[in-house]
Amino acid sequence: MEQQMVNVSAAGPERASAWSFVRNNMREYGILIALIAIMVFFQIVTGGILMRPVNLTNLVLQNSYVVIMALGMLLVIVAGHIDLSVGSVAGFIGGLAAVMMVHWHVPYLLAAVACLLVGALIGMAQGYWIAYFKIPAFIVTLAGMLVFRGLALWLLEGQSVGPFPPTFQLLSSGFVPDIFGGGRFNMLSLVLGIVTAVAFLWANIRSRRHLEESGNVEEPMAFFIGRAAIIAFALVYLGYVMATFRGLPNVLLIMALLIGIYSFLAARTTIGRRIYAVGGNEKAARLSGINTPRLVFLTFANMGMLSALAGLVFAARLNTATPKAGLGFELDVIAAVFIGGASMSGGSGTIIGAVVGAFIMGVMNNGMSILGIGIDMQQMIKGLVLLAAVIFDVYNRSRA
Amino acid sequence: MSAILEMQGITKVFPGVKALDNVNLEVEEGEIHALVGENGAGKSTLMNVLSGVYPHGSYDGVIRFKGEECRFSGIADSEEKGISIIHQELALVPLMSIAENIFLGNERASGGVIDWRETYRRTEGLLARVGLKESPRTLVTDLGLGKQQLVEIAKALSKEVKLLILDEPTSSLNERDSEALLQLLLELKRGGMSAILISHKLNEVVKVADTITVLRDGSTVSTIDCAGGEISEDRIIRDMVGRSMSDRYPKREPRINGVVMEVKDWTVFHPLHVDRKVVNGVNFNVRAGEIVGIAGLMGAGRTELAMSIFGRAYGNSISGEIWLHGKKIDNSTVHRTLSQGICYVTEDRKGYGLILDDTIRHNVPLANLPGIANGVVIDNPRELAVAQDYRAKLRIKTPSVGQKAINLSGGNQQKVVLAKWLFAGPEVLILDEPTRGIDVGAKFEIYSIINDLADAGKGIVMISSEMPELLGMCDRIYVMSEGRFVGELPAADASQEKIMAMILRSGS
Repeated sequence: MEQQMVNVSAAGPERASAWSFVRNNMREYGILIALIAIMVFFQIVTGGILMRPVNLTNLVLQNSYVVIMALGMLLVIVAGHIDLSVGSVAGFIGGLAAVMMVHWHVPYLLAAVACLLVGALIGMAQGYWIAYFKIPAFIVTLAGMLVFRGLALWLLEGQSVGPFPPTFQLLSSGFVPDIFGGGRFNMLSLVLGIVTAVAFLWANIRSRRHLEESGNVEEPMAFFIGRAAIIAFALVYLGYVMATFRGLPNVLLIMALLIGIYSFLAARTTIGRRIYAVGGNEKAARLSGINTPRLVFLTFANMGMLSALAGLVFAARLNTATPKAGLGFELDVIAAVFIGGASMSGGSGTIIGAVVGAFIMGVMNNGMSILGIGIDMQQMIKGLVLLAAVIFDVYNRSRA
Repeated sequence: MSAILEMQGITKVFPGVKALDNVNLEVEEGEIHALVGENGAGKSTLMNVLSGVYPHGSYDGVIRFKGEECRFSGIADSEEKGISIIHQELALVPLMSIAENIFLGNERASGGVIDWRETYRRTEGLLARVGLKESPRTLVTDLGLGKQQLVEIAKALSKEVKLLILDEPTSSLNERDSEALLQLLLELKRGGMSAILISHKLNEVVKVADTITVLRDGSTVSTIDCAGGEISEDRIIRDMVGRSMSDRYPKREPRINGVVMEVKDWTVFHPLHVDRKVVNGVNFNVRAGEIVGIAGLMGAGRTELAMSIFGRAYGNSISGEIWLHGKKIDNSTVHRTLSQGICYVTEDRKGYGLILDDTIRHNVPLANLPGIANGVVIDNPRELAVAQDYRAKLRIKTPSVGQKAINLSGGNQQKVVLAKWLFAGPEVLILDEPTRGIDVGAKFEIYSIINDLADAGKGIVMISSEMPELLGMCDRIYVMSEGRFVGELPAADASQEKIMAMILRSGS
């Protein structure tokens, strides 16, 4: 029979529960441990270059657009779909931004808002067919991938367009001004690092206390403390390291805010819960009164908007829009989400997992580049890591 | 007669639980041996041991087939010996023809090239044996469930089966198809085949079985020889549950008030065959505190009626009116319908009722998320409290509400589905086959929950293919046939014969 029995070993309930907890949550711990292990590995083999302030800042900037798109992609994949068009959309929006700002001299703020809107409209246009006409997302977004790549080429007439106005460049190359005005050492960065760490700890302790009150604690105390301490330390350390270089990049702030908002949306709101339900069992969700087509439509609209934002960040970083911008991004983004533990059939996965997945890819890219490993080897290694992560995931599920 | 199969002292231990404890099963040559027991009693585990799903060495005990000790290391081994199992969930490929399905994995071929003439010729022979008149080229997807079941049997016959194991073969068949299947089983028996029949439907078991073995909690409780005359179902139930169930339906004093829901001139067309009326001008009502049954054969349009009322989740060109508490309501979406208090418990809890891969805690509030949220933000402690409350009230057997729905037994899954709808706060609850595939003990608990709801003044509409269940539970019964309501009976006047007569008369 399929009943799951509580495993009580001779070693006592305490140890048995700790062990079964690790087994049941292998995925979440596994990915965090994998990221730490990969960072430690590259820190050693690069002779300490990886964690240098300038490189760490670079790492954040290099991966920001992948992380931003992974947030949207996670929701799309949780809802049981896929979006292959995000790279092309990001490229097209970068081109649109360049044409608007450089050729038409539209004020940068207005242009940026218009670009985000166009991104959302693109998402809606694709989501409409997927949600209301049940056309497989794979097909619709494959078409979108070709269409928007073509549009980007047409819009830019095959040329690179730039440079952008300096204020717009700040989106990617700027740093948050230090309100504490503390000379070379950026106080704001350290303070924000500490504040986020404290907020994180507070939120964790609060939710654990709720669980304790209702007698539903599953995570052993030692694990809880260990996990919370590592993450809090990482936040403070990141703030400190950034402070010794140039402070907080604007992009990091945007990214952190988005990660916070989307984590909350996915885990704590009714909208998030409904998206998981749609991916878990579309029919049951529909018969529970959930407007499933509208929800799918909205996840694609959101994906379009985040692709547009990623396109803007990428264009600002290169300070030029090229027809080739965003080529192959969709693969990095989708890989990040799956490495982060989302299920291929929908219904499961976490925002934090996707972000960690994106950074695993990012640290490997960065570390291997520092080591001078050729692009050929890099591709192979990344491919194998993706495969290994998913095999590990499937193996874990089949054992549970 | 001699035994074709002897299973002696079978013990199978899973981590932390003894699924089978020294079970003995002996099947005579050329008999139909019924295996009954509640869900979780170990029937499927025993059959998995027999068919080699759990290979030799993973269990204790001895299996002898035709006098020879067998050590199967996989299903292929047992099939080679002539043991074939037909599972509850059919294992046919819908978009392949009957012939292709029958010889799938066992193709009539030479050197990898399929001999189609031989394939079709043999298929025709096999179909004749199981009494199917379809062409071997018909796609399986175009067959009804009953005929698909027969194709499965034909497939087993193609492998020279000596012992056929049927796991709940009639659970999703209507009465006519069930009857045909049982007749076929008797005929094959006369041809010398032995069979093990696993079934919850005791009337069928009593009708065809030569011997009945009852399992409870992983042990053999009794082996009943049916040669000595009629065996009472109550006797079997007593063995199954370990106590006497003098009454299969909990007692209830109906306190019936005014009409809650009224359905007027409800007509629904098929979503694909747009000119076919699936529900045809149906009128009915349900009063507060009343349990109303809808009887009918499979395909009468009962589920279609219920789902079309529930937010027009089924059908095309729907016309008619739904009145609730004397007011005409808008049921154009599921959300609007359920927020006004009409809820529908599906007949297919795995496909349409639950998110199997999610926890009980997340499944329960799904139809009423605002009930556990402040604005759009989910209140975790409140959600947990709601789930635990229903777990206690409905006695959902699980170590924690963090358990995934897929890990629960059928009865407990059904309770989770019920909890979901209770939390949505229904005025009218439409229950579609609420006890399908659930064991006797859990059925009783579900009946009690339904009675409590009626006593709380809700209107209950109950669709069931098991007439004794309708007769035992309902205050009033409507009879549906071919999309129309062909009769209405107060429970006191109703009987299976009367209902069947109404259905048959309407057909002529």
